[in-house]
Amino acid sequence: MSVALVFATVPVPDAETAATPVIGEAVVLALLATVFVLALFVGVEIITKVPPTLHTPLMSGSNAISGITLVGALAAAGAGEGGLATALGVAAVVLATVNVVGGFLVTHRMLRMFRRKDRR
Amino acid sequence: MSLSPLEILLSLAAAVLFILGIRGMTHPRTAVRGNLLGALGMLLAVVTALSIGDVMRWEWIAVGLAVGAVGGAVLALRVPMTAMPEMVAALNGFGGAASLLVAGAFVGDSSTPVATFAAAASGLIGAVTLSGSGVAFLKLREVRWADRLAPPGGVATTAVLLAVGLAAGGWLVAGGGEPAYWAIVAIGLLLGVALTAPIGGADMPVVISLLNSYSGVAAAATGFVLANTLLIVAGSLVGASGLILTRIMCVAMNRSLANVLFGRMASGGARADADEVYGGKVKATSSVEVAMLLEDARRVLVVPGYGLAVAQAQHVVRDLANLLESRGATVEFGIHPVAGRMPGHMNVLLAEADVPYAKLKEMDEVNAEIGEIDLALVIGANDVVNPEARTDPQSPIAGMPVIDVDKARTVVVVKRSLSPGFAGIPNPLFAADNCLMLFGDGKKALVELVAAVKEG
Repeated sequence: MSVALVFATVPVPDAETAATPVIGEAVVLALLATVFVLALFVGVEIITKVPPTLHTPLMSGSNAISGITLVGALAAAGAGEGGLATALGVAAVVLATVNVVGGFLVTHRMLRMFRRKDRR
Repeated sequence: MSLSPLEILLSLAAAVLFILGIRGMTHPRTAVRGNLLGALGMLLAVVTALSIGDVMRWEWIAVGLAVGAVGGAVLALRVPMTAMPEMVAALNGFGGAASLLVAGAFVGDSSTPVATFAAAASGLIGAVTLSGSGVAFLKLREVRWADRLAPPGGVATTAVLLAVGLAAGGWLVAGGGEPAYWAIVAIGLLLGVALTAPIGGADMPVVISLLNSYSGVAAAATGFVLANTLLIVAGSLVGASGLILTRIMCVAMNRSLANVLFGRMASGGARADADEVYGGKVKATSSVEVAMLLEDARRVLVVPGYGLAVAQAQHVVRDLANLLESRGATVEFGIHPVAGRMPGHMNVLLAEADVPYAKLKEMDEVNAEIGEIDLALVIGANDVVNPEARTDPQSPIAGMPVIDVDKARTVVVVKRSLSPGFAGIPNPLFAADNCLMLFGDGKKALVELVAAVKEG
């Protein structure tokens, strides 16, 4: 739980810290759900404005962004728990990093081809 | 243990960078910067995680990051633009796999019901994304045995797998722990294959978009496991993006998502016979004749299909367009949304061949001015220019949006033969009075055409 807490951006109640005031779990869920729904709306608003010409780079670029799981993977790999959790974490770090680095790089490669013509 | 406000604010900054990054994609001019902003957000998130988290196993992290970075860079720099759908399928799969592994690493710790429920979702969706993307990758590579991976029983099997997957999710929430989690993953892997394997090659643009969405949803679910808002924001952005693209692809093919996933292309009752449609009415032409027509044309519209990319003829088309423009004609490209094998694929292929993006016109734009086009040059496209979609309500493609090249003054279709496209139906365009067929291999025919225009 401790690792999850370090990376959590919203406090989660923990039995050991019950002395300090904590936000109830239902409230945490409600806050996370708020973030989720608002982000969905933002996503729909901006992505509908992306022209079809850029749909492939949009896909590879947003794919790179979904590699944000890397943050969770680093937590899992670095926790020092050893055994399965570390192994899973390291495997996740590798996969998520391929996703991030490959995604941003290939998107850059494509977008430069579009910009090149713009200057002529 | 309390959370530092700094950490929360840095997460917020990264989320804002992601949003600004995607917003940059709304125009080719700002897109490169947008992508860099997204990458900066990612760097910020990673540095935050490494410096603020209590990381105890640096050596493993360093190895993981190095292997992943080298692997990703090699893939990104070596992949040809024609293979971009495969690349995105692979990246979707890796993203889904990473999400399910992370959720798996924390599943023993997830004591709260919310986190456990989210872990179940992450495991199931991540696994479907992984195996589904694997199958999509094989299909895009045109590996024959990929079709045979479909389990018997069709939709019923899929429904049963989904039900079992949900039941395993219930088991995890009820306290099943790691065995329950890995059961979910195993079922999710089977489900991904069952969902993707029966889908035809022509429908891959929809499948890749949908899997793109899943990879985002899996990341968002992992965000709920870790109570991490950054994962939730990034995941939902990608989930929304994939869903919108899925919808655009479905509309472009005039099919519902359910029909793509579970149905076959509607086999229309009154299917026209090819001989009846074409009989004696198809006019073959030569490159010399087309060159003469092009000489007189003020406005030329090129409608590329995937056949163009298969023939690697993008550069020759660019040469032809430049040649015609140098003689005072206007040349534009009319791009159907499903011209390539993924959303926007044809645009990337033409951009690679140095066709300016201002010349790449959307279907609606082109159709609005189609009457002013002197010559429409259709290369390696078939169903997307079939007027039957507009005229025959009985047609299997009735209602599908098409580029109305038949309304141009003259149409020249560069095609190997009269063989049908993915829809499996004859195209009355080929028999139209204003249509000429230039039979031949796409690239060879175009090279000859360029030569003829230069001579003429």
